[in-house]
Amino acid sequence: MKVPIWSEEISKGNQPEILFWVGCAGSFDVRAQSITKAFITILEKVGYSYAILGTEEMCTGDPARRAGNEFQFQMMAYQNIQLLNNYNIKKIVTACPHCFNTLKNEYPELGGNYEVIHHSTLLQQLINEGKIVLSENGSFKGKKITFHDSCYLGRSNQIYDAPRSVIEALDASLVEMKRCKSNGLCCGAGGAQMFKEEEKGSIRVNLERTTEAIETGASIVASACPFCNTMLTDGIKLNEKQEEIKVLDIAELIAQSIK
Amino acid sequence: MEIFQQILFGLLLFTAVYFFAKRIGLIKRLILLGQPETINDHPSKRWMNVILLAFGQKKMFKNPTVAILHLMVYAGFIIINIEMLEIVIDGLFGTHRFLLTLLPSFYGILINLFESLAVLVIFACIVFLLRRNFINIKRLRSKELNGWPSKDANIILIIEIILMSLFLKMNAADSLLQLRGVSPYTEHTTGIFYFSSLLHPILNSYSDQTLVLVERICWWLHIVGVLAFLNYLSWSKHLHIILAFPNAYFSKLEPIGKLKNMPSVQNEVLFAFQPELAQQTTNQQPPSFGAKDITDLSWKNIMDAFSCTECGRCTAACPANQTGKLLSPRKIMMATRDRAEEIGRKIEKDSEWKSEDRSLLFDYISEEELRACTTCNACVEACPVSINPLDIIVQMRRYLIMEKSSSPQEWTSMFGNIENNFAPWKFSPDQRTDWTKESL
Repeated sequence: MKVPIWSEEISKGNQPEILFWVGCAGSFDVRAQSITKAFITILEKVGYSYAILGTEEMCTGDPARRAGNEFQFQMMAYQNIQLLNNYNIKKIVTACPHCFNTLKNEYPELGGNYEVIHHSTLLQQLINEGKIVLSENGSFKGKKITFHDSCYLGRSNQIYDAPRSVIEALDASLVEMKRCKSNGLCCGAGGAQMFKEEEKGSIRVNLERTTEAIETGASIVASACPFCNTMLTDGIKLNEKQEEIKVLDIAELIAQSIK
Repeated sequence: MEIFQQILFGLLLFTAVYFFAKRIGLIKRLILLGQPETINDHPSKRWMNVILLAFGQKKMFKNPTVAILHLMVYAGFIIINIEMLEIVIDGLFGTHRFLLTLLPSFYGILINLFESLAVLVIFACIVFLLRRNFINIKRLRSKELNGWPSKDANIILIIEIILMSLFLKMNAADSLLQLRGVSPYTEHTTGIFYFSSLLHPILNSYSDQTLVLVERICWWLHIVGVLAFLNYLSWSKHLHIILAFPNAYFSKLEPIGKLKNMPSVQNEVLFAFQPELAQQTTNQQPPSFGAKDITDLSWKNIMDAFSCTECGRCTAACPANQTGKLLSPRKIMMATRDRAEEIGRKIEKDSEWKSEDRSLLFDYISEEELRACTTCNACVEACPVSINPLDIIVQMRRYLIMEKSSSPQEWTSMFGNIENNFAPWKFSPDQRTDWTKESL
């Protein structure tokens, strides 16, 4: 697979339209890598002009900031903003709501001003514009799919409809969990919880969440966040439902259905 | 006799207002112990929040049944207070039903409106009492409400029922005296009060003299009750009926996922990378990072704490709390207020307060609680009066990491990885593009 790298494109005299910010999960986590690949499959298919930063990309600093390490966050933000500004990057898309929130809401006051969109919004746009054409007899047609709202996409940035309209474009039947949209229950990964063991309690957060997802009777739990994906996949396994229920990112759903 | 009553009324009113104003002065002083923060951008958006969130109680309507019951109490309480204006004028000037002379044709409608609201208030308060004490609603049964908080809630509901009952009984006695042609009541013909006249059968057996006494006693108890309640609410969780308004005005307008920047840290980092661009710090005192006590928080955080009515919608929405962790956003707010009140008592006693060994973090809020937060913003979203518990949690996390270097082992490794590998996991930066070498 040949993925365009921003620095190489520049040296060839190209200025890609959009930077795909892969994020640490999308780069290193094996499960999340397939989301990255699925999203790239879509970008390639519709012929979108994009590139990634490659090895120049760094953590946005989100988990450090939320854990309380503001110094580290500021260090990461400074270095990333320097890089992005030097490349004169205007538009960024990312499949990670945590990177999205940091790039969109927290970098501007540190000197990083970009048009930042989440991949769910871009996918919705491409579907609406007719650039993504889905096969008529896709494998998700009529399937029951439930969508898990990522806190950093939903409550934090009020993006509830874009991922849902992407699922509806598959002709699937979208079923909601009891706690959804602004009342959505967290998967348990935010605030740097992804990187540590949970505090003592009665049940794991992801187990609580996936129990609710299972109650909907859906055969697919769709997510739009690599961290949520990991937490939900683990939760489905803890519930011993991994044979019946799959956790898939909306980019994977589209990549599998695109013509 | 009449003049004696007027003087007594004047004294009562003055005392009640004096103590209330004094208490509000202390609360203001406690709020201002917080760090300065300028919040004055987008005034039109802020006024919109006051209208939608405070007046309109928008967030309450996530649960329409409870919202309508709450609206009954709230509307009743606000609107019936117009009646207070009349009571104060009557009390000070020895008049009787002053508004009747002012609005003769409208008066009957007005009082009947107040009476219907009073009936709704009583109904809603009884439902709330039953809900709170006999129905197992998790957020109203948490252990953090044991003792004073749950007693406070019941006291408020019972006082409201008593005040409304006194108002109705007073009207019932008054209209019955009018029917019997007793002076001076008969000179103030109000027409029929539909709700309170239902009490006539109970009062019928009383003599005219007793009835006059009943009317006067109800009038006095009602106003004394209202003035006492005014003072009580400033000590109680009920203060939200006042602070909900400024709290909505000063609430966050930015996307709730954005954390507050720390310009001091930003500047230090800039100093490390590009010293020529960093501001030279003239401040000799080394800055302290994050929050350990209420004096490190913003004034808005402390106002949040005084605005909290301990309804627990935040805690009911909290993923950590729902899965049995120690964290409860409501408890964070209650602890912040308790700590402010503790400092308030010291200010009252010694007329000033200097920092001591006790603090909000450690003595009121533990590390374990703060660690359990997923920063999901469910508590912020849930709060009907625009309180932000997450802001306090993050500021305390900052103190723990940056001042105490206290972090769970896994986070220490994560910080190390970010510092050395620019990713929270232990992968080398060269491996960041390894996935591109695989097929799609």
